[in-house]
Amino acid sequence: MNRRTLAALAAGTALLLAGCTGTGGSTKAADAKAPDDPSKVTGTITVLTQRTDLVQDGTMKRYAAAFNKVYPKVKVEFQALTNYETEVKIRMNTENYGDVLMIPGVIKKSDYPKFFASLGTGTELSKKYRFTGFTTVGGKVYGQSPIGVMPGFVYNKRVWKQAGVTRWPTTPAEFIADLRAIRTRTAATPYYTNYAAQWPLTSWTFVNGSVHCDPQATTKLAEGDPWAAGADLRVGDTMLYDIVHDGLAENDPTTTNWEASKAQLAKGKIATQWLGTWAVVQFQDAAKKAGVDPDDIGFMPFPAQTDGKFCAVVGPDYNQAVNIHSAHKAAARAWIDWFTDKSGYDRDNLAISPLKGASLPAVLQPYEDAGVKLIELDDTAGARVKLIDSASEVGINAPDYRQKLVDLARGARSGTLDGFLDDLGGKWTAAEKTAGTS
Amino acid sequence: MTHARRLTPWLFLLAPLTLLVTFTYAPIVNMLAYSFTDWDGVSPELHYTGAHNYAEIFTRPDLFEVFLVSAYYLAASAVQIVLALYFATVLSFDIRFRNFFKGVLFFPSLINGVAIGFVFLYFFQDGGTLDSVLALFGVHTDHAWLGTPVSANVSLAGVSVWRYLGLNFVLFLGAIQSVPGELYEAAELDGAGRWQQFRHIIAPGIRPVVTLTVILSVSGSLSVFEVPYIMTGGATGTETFVTQTVKLAFQYNKTGLASAAAVVLLLIVLAVTWLQRRLVPDERVDLV
Repeated sequence: MNRRTLAALAAGTALLLAGCTGTGGSTKAADAKAPDDPSKVTGTITVLTQRTDLVQDGTMKRYAAAFNKVYPKVKVEFQALTNYETEVKIRMNTENYGDVLMIPGVIKKSDYPKFFASLGTGTELSKKYRFTGFTTVGGKVYGQSPIGVMPGFVYNKRVWKQAGVTRWPTTPAEFIADLRAIRTRTAATPYYTNYAAQWPLTSWTFVNGSVHCDPQATTKLAEGDPWAAGADLRVGDTMLYDIVHDGLAENDPTTTNWEASKAQLAKGKIATQWLGTWAVVQFQDAAKKAGVDPDDIGFMPFPAQTDGKFCAVVGPDYNQAVNIHSAHKAAARAWIDWFTDKSGYDRDNLAISPLKGASLPAVLQPYEDAGVKLIELDDTAGARVKLIDSASEVGINAPDYRQKLVDLARGARSGTLDGFLDDLGGKWTAAEKTAGTS
Repeated sequence: MTHARRLTPWLFLLAPLTLLVTFTYAPIVNMLAYSFTDWDGVSPELHYTGAHNYAEIFTRPDLFEVFLVSAYYLAASAVQIVLALYFATVLSFDIRFRNFFKGVLFFPSLINGVAIGFVFLYFFQDGGTLDSVLALFGVHTDHAWLGTPVSANVSLAGVSVWRYLGLNFVLFLGAIQSVPGELYEAAELDGAGRWQQFRHIIAPGIRPVVTLTVILSVSGSLSVFEVPYIMTGGATGTETFVTQTVKLAFQYNKTGLASAAAVVLLLIVLAVTWLQRRLVPDERVDLV
């Protein structure tokens, strides 16, 4: 009898659990309309963020206080998630994932209407905001990034000058030659991979678009071989390989330290890192803490020119969205609009404003002087690229393959660069045929 | 009366059983269910795909290559068991500062595995603790400890030995101390030396515990996770079956496939354990 009870219990639990699997998303579409009268919006909203640092040092609270001057009846609470992507993904299996959250990379674009309330139509919002195409599904927009970011090299101007380099390199070969000059003429490590922190290697995927100044670069990923001769990713990956292969990177990439690397670059012990505009403010802070000149921190585009001009890709950071299950959608929407338009979050981070027509931050003045062309990528094929990427297990948004590339370059893995990249291309094109057809 | 009596033990069992079912059996059942679907871990939609995930696992030899890495940990386990046995035997005899040494050996087991990972990352850094200590002895290596697959795996397995040695040691020490004291006295009277005492009293006396430890070590070596995941993230050829499964689930969003991989690992561990029990059956030992 006992055994039977247990079996029944187990079966019952199994049924129950099967019922709870993946019911986070809703089948109903909903809108989060912007409120007309700020004084009438009420409710307590929870904002999920990956910026643990800003929640801990009280910066987010200050934003909330400024927000309350306009919307006195809305209470804003923050939840900072250290491991944002993984944690939020699990929470999204329930209905309880905050009122405002940033859309994690794992959510399929076609699932956006099941998880988030729409912010309005694409035609209407794109008049005012940049990047709306990245979250538009069926003509409706589901998220808005509060800042625009641009990949590029953070470098120490003093070290580069000391090595005798006075202008930005225009080809990968010239870039490598400049790093060589840094190695021979200065004591600095020419390039720091930040291999152990993983995501700095992942960010090499963002060379996509700037190599050939092509707004359709994402579509090309979905349709062709990203590692074909001359293709953006192949150019970027080959350059990374050459940097490491020629001994221009740190001695032991496997034990790198991201936090420490900021001060080292500021002090001139490291010359260059491939990151993004968002990093500049952090390196300047590190310079101030180390007692060196924050103006030594420079930013340069990928060494490639199209029609005699450098090219840089401006893209969204995490997009903020309203939970479709939120009980206070008006308040949540008010927060997103205020945070995007009025909070000053973009200026505080020396970032590019998400508003169309806004001027570039001061840190990008050299870009204006050099006439760098800024483009935005068309993200129509973005969803398909994600599908192909997961199906092929290549992981262009994961660190693995570039860690293997660095291992290959420093001789810790056997094989050739061509063989390695062709293998990636083979996996990718094979997945193109099967993924996303259903 | 009899009815109430039959019910009482179940009432006591209610709390532990609820916990056990909720946090152990229910997730396993759930995992089994996912392993037959194409779920991506978050989408509200999932489709039943039958045995497709299992077919994929067994037709992809690259997924099993990572078991070669387990060999490093298996070798490390052997070293670890021998060392633990040695220390447990030595410290079971009456020597000076024995409680202090017991503390030193057991201490690493009390530290959180993630913290250990970070500490040893500094330890192996270029110019880090290990290099500094070696420099004190006049050894100047320019060796990148986590730089090549062999060196990295040996280093990580070393960390694993440091971490789990204390636990094995305590198990062995407990077993040795449960051997009645008169046996040692009698042996000493008969003129048996330390080695003879070990060979004829301690070794047979703690055999069940040694067998258990070996089983745990083997299954542990097959499912290493914390140390490589924290320290290298599986880079430089240190990928193990579990870190690979985590990547499938959370990086490539193939939760269905990853669940199937977890089930396969469970079956492999069960099979290996069964095989071990068949090869080395548990005999009842009678010391007296």
